[in-house]
Amino acid sequence: MNINQVLFYVMGFTALASALIVAASKNLVRSVFMFFVTLFALAGLYVFALADFVAVTQIVIYVGGVLVLMLFAFMLSNKETLNSLQNKTGNKFIAINNMAALLAAGLFLVILVNAIIKARPDGIVWIQHAQRVNPPRTDNLGNIGVNLMTNYLLPFEVISIILMMALIGAVHLSRKEEHKL
Amino acid sequence: MSMLSDFMFISAGLFCIGIYIVLSKRNAIQILIGIELMINAAILNLVAFGKYDDLANSGQVFALFAIVLAAAAVAVALAIILNVYRQYKTIDPAKVERLKD
Repeated sequence: MNINQVLFYVMGFTALASALIVAASKNLVRSVFMFFVTLFALAGLYVFALADFVAVTQIVIYVGGVLVLMLFAFMLSNKETLNSLQNKTGNKFIAINNMAALLAAGLFLVILVNAIIKARPDGIVWIQHAQRVNPPRTDNLGNIGVNLMTNYLLPFEVISIILMMALIGAVHLSRKEEHKL
Repeated sequence: MSMLSDFMFISAGLFCIGIYIVLSKRNAIQILIGIELMINAAILNLVAFGKYDDLANSGQVFALFAIVLAAAAVAVALAIILNVYRQYKTIDPAKVERLKD
């Protein structure tokens, strides 16, 4: 067991544990900040899958953009409303209330783990072929750029149009209109 | 070296935690965090399999597309949440029951 695997398992454990804290904590600010930790650990896991560009993109977009937006929305929605929302759910009431969600998530986890064990992902033919013929390289950043401009040019352009539509829609939705209220 | 199945187990765990958050929380922002967790679990699977696709890089490229789509979804969803808060003075999705007054 070399240091690579130790670091990998530490990252995976950090991701799962911080996601569990996000699920368990009743404090909204705490769960948002633990979501930071989950995203950083996931970026570390991407590095272990030799996807360093995706890892940097994850940090820039999620930590730099999405979480700042979430904190912004949290501060714009009123604090006392959030407090009353959190205090109203009593402790034993929430346990009964969440039992169905816990059951659904747990059963789905059992199904997923069963499927992964049955699928045996290390024995898939094309992965064994890829490991034998060309072992994974580490310098695939230029290759990503070339592929983005040749093979995946149509999805690239489509996603740019979708991004522009989403941004215009978000600006239009959050504009203040006097007569509507 | 069975790192691929470890990636998939971590991703399955994250997905189920996301399902639990979406089903159990009463706050729209926390539900959004749960949806983001599920999207990240899917992206982790894409990246883990894309490690072995050296020539076409399809896993990593589509992981990038998924990250961009998630960011756009968050921008629109937060705008909707702010509008809902302005109209109803709450962001509990169970309490938003009138469509139009």
